[in-house]
Amino acid sequence: MKPSGSAKLLKQAESLRWKVGANFQDNLMEAIYTDAAQIADRAVTSPEKQARFDWERTVDDLVTSRIWGFPLMLLMLIGVFWLTIAGANVPSGMLATLLVDNGHAWLKGLSQAIGLPWFLDGLLIDGMYLGTAWVIAVMLPPMAIFFPLFTLLEDLGYLPRVAFNLDNFYRKAGAHGKQALSTAMGFGCNAAGVISTRIIDSPRERLIAIITNNFSLCNGRWPTQILIATLFIGALVPPLYAGLVSALAVVAIALLGIFLSFAVSWGLSRTVLKGEVSTFNLELPPYRPPRILQTIYTSLIDRTLFVLWRAIVFALPAGAAIWLSSNIDIGSQSIAQHIIEGLSPMGLLLGLNGVILLAYIVAIPANEIVIPTLLMLTVLTTGGLSGYGEGAGVMFEGNVADTRAILEAGGWTLLTAINLMLFSLIHNPCSTTIYTIYKETGSAKWTAVASLLPVVMGLAVTFLVAQLWRLFTG
Amino acid sequence: MSEKKIDESLKAAAHSPSASACAACPAHNLGNLRRLGVDMENWDYVVALAGNPNTGKSTVFNALTGLRQHTGNWPGKTVTRAEGGFEVGGARYKLVDLPGTYSLLSTSYDEEIARDFILFGQPDVTVIVVDATRLERNLNLVLQVLEITNRAVVCLNLMDEVRRLKLEIDERRLARDLGVPVVPTSARYKEGLPQLLQAISEVASGEVVCKPHRIQGGVSEFQQAIDRLASEVEQNFPGIPNPRWIALRLLDGDERIVKAVENGELEALVASQQEAPPAGSSHGLRLEVAQ
Repeated sequence: MKPSGSAKLLKQAESLRWKVGANFQDNLMEAIYTDAAQIADRAVTSPEKQARFDWERTVDDLVTSRIWGFPLMLLMLIGVFWLTIAGANVPSGMLATLLVDNGHAWLKGLSQAIGLPWFLDGLLIDGMYLGTAWVIAVMLPPMAIFFPLFTLLEDLGYLPRVAFNLDNFYRKAGAHGKQALSTAMGFGCNAAGVISTRIIDSPRERLIAIITNNFSLCNGRWPTQILIATLFIGALVPPLYAGLVSALAVVAIALLGIFLSFAVSWGLSRTVLKGEVSTFNLELPPYRPPRILQTIYTSLIDRTLFVLWRAIVFALPAGAAIWLSSNIDIGSQSIAQHIIEGLSPMGLLLGLNGVILLAYIVAIPANEIVIPTLLMLTVLTTGGLSGYGEGAGVMFEGNVADTRAILEAGGWTLLTAINLMLFSLIHNPCSTTIYTIYKETGSAKWTAVASLLPVVMGLAVTFLVAQLWRLFTG
Repeated sequence: MSEKKIDESLKAAAHSPSASACAACPAHNLGNLRRLGVDMENWDYVVALAGNPNTGKSTVFNALTGLRQHTGNWPGKTVTRAEGGFEVGGARYKLVDLPGTYSLLSTSYDEEIARDFILFGQPDVTVIVVDATRLERNLNLVLQVLEITNRAVVCLNLMDEVRRLKLEIDERRLARDLGVPVVPTSARYKEGLPQLLQAISEVASGEVVCKPHRIQGGVSEFQQAIDRLASEVEQNFPGIPNPRWIALRLLDGDERIVKAVENGELEALVASQQEAPPAGSSHGLRLEVAQ
């Protein structure tokens, strides 16, 4: 075909387009719907006028109701976290006894027996092994309970209902309603959440969704929240209520995240990303009875082990680096101590400490290793270090109270715990997510905005909380 | 002939008109598939998996390929393409899981991926996974896919739900109305998969020739405009399998399609389709005109 042929064709199309007019899309949709209705009608026979109880509709009316939708959502979340926290306590303790106390002592004994040089012994056992052992002890049990529960809710079809409930807020915030879906996806993994914003057509709204996705607590941050809430918030009340109160604290942080994603969306859509809100259809999928065993299996493989593996992969080198930096001295102090002392004034101003700030720098590749890094740095740079190694098994009895003891030895207070939970919610995305944002937006500028905005916000929030706290508690 | 001359004559051959036969040889569309990121080495056929979100598409994908892509009751789970493979009757099939979409008309990223793959990738078979309990709504996409390709199989999934809801679906009637094979399945429980594989291989090998339904409803003025432009499209691209759909998109001012007309991409596609019908089916000659 010659170019003129195609030019002619396009011209004809254009002139016909004028004739059919602006209703073309409507006409086409109508034509398709007419055919679809006719064909479906001929093929499907419904049972006679069913008077029977339609439980699906009833459930939907309830979970998406204006009055009950949100309370039910909260209840569901609290239930999930309560089960996680209450259930993870015992296995966590057992794993800690096994890996941190006995395993560590056994390895130490072994290295003495074969006469390993002290630096190799330290680097491999006190650094890499201990870091990894902590990752497993602290993170595996809550994840093994939380992720299957979360996946069950997902398979049941509950998440789209959550999106439905949130849609109205997103629209009011000037964002796309589908952002509710990418936000929900972000509760699993922010990198996946950022990719899932592809379902949003308008570039403006997609950018908003990408930038705010980080406010969805991700797989790597849930364990931090759960652990710190258990250690410091749950401990404020009698043991009977500890699980419930810790769960409430985690839910509060998650809700704060959702609120922040509204607030930031609202701010962006009123300033740098102004524009119209698009409409869309959200299909509420039918409830499907989840296949429980298969769900547990796949969520253990896909999520729990995936996250755990990621944590281990990053914990190994991080453990080595931390051990090296706390054992190589410059002047009278180790490198780690120099850095921590440098960061301390700022940390204290924020109601955190130097160790936490350093841990967040170490954990840029993966949020999963914040807690193990914190524990190692605290142990290696405070008095907790002494007696460690020979007196193996003395220091850690293998329950959460000991983890708390380590942190308290590092000067932690309730304020530190609360601000850590806040900062864990509001800080830069992990490097995988940052890279994904860059790939999806293709813009260094927006990647920078998405990475730096949360850090700045996190610093501001923790600073404010610290000042108010000190003002009121003297 | 000196070496140099041979060299030159080879070069000349490469530029002579007869060399454009290359564009028509069976391997030609490989280029397009490769551009779409599909590696066709070691595969005999490409099968695309399309469907509305949340119809169990990924479950069908996993069941056919034995892979374990994450599935979920969750519209928008698959926004990228997943690939896997399976073997039936000695032929090797590559299965490409497209993003779930409600239509192929708008311009969101996921719909574009699905549309481009079916149009430019020219899969040997497009399997459209349908939620049998919501047939009418799902047919919207089916009808749109059937405008683009002649080689499709409808996978009537979630039949377990259909039984639970006590619905009855006459799949033969449906197959007749749609003009393509319809296979009831319940992928979660691995029901109907052998039949689905059978249907895929029959369509891929050309044993079964589809006569897909073409959109007929709507006001007559609208249909007339499509018919007119469609015949124009057909004149320009003799043998094009989907003139009506191209006409539809041109009328809608779809820039991607306008571009494909302008830069000769469409022409090359038609040529490759005509010259390389799988297993010698009369592909490209069965132009169903709306009655």
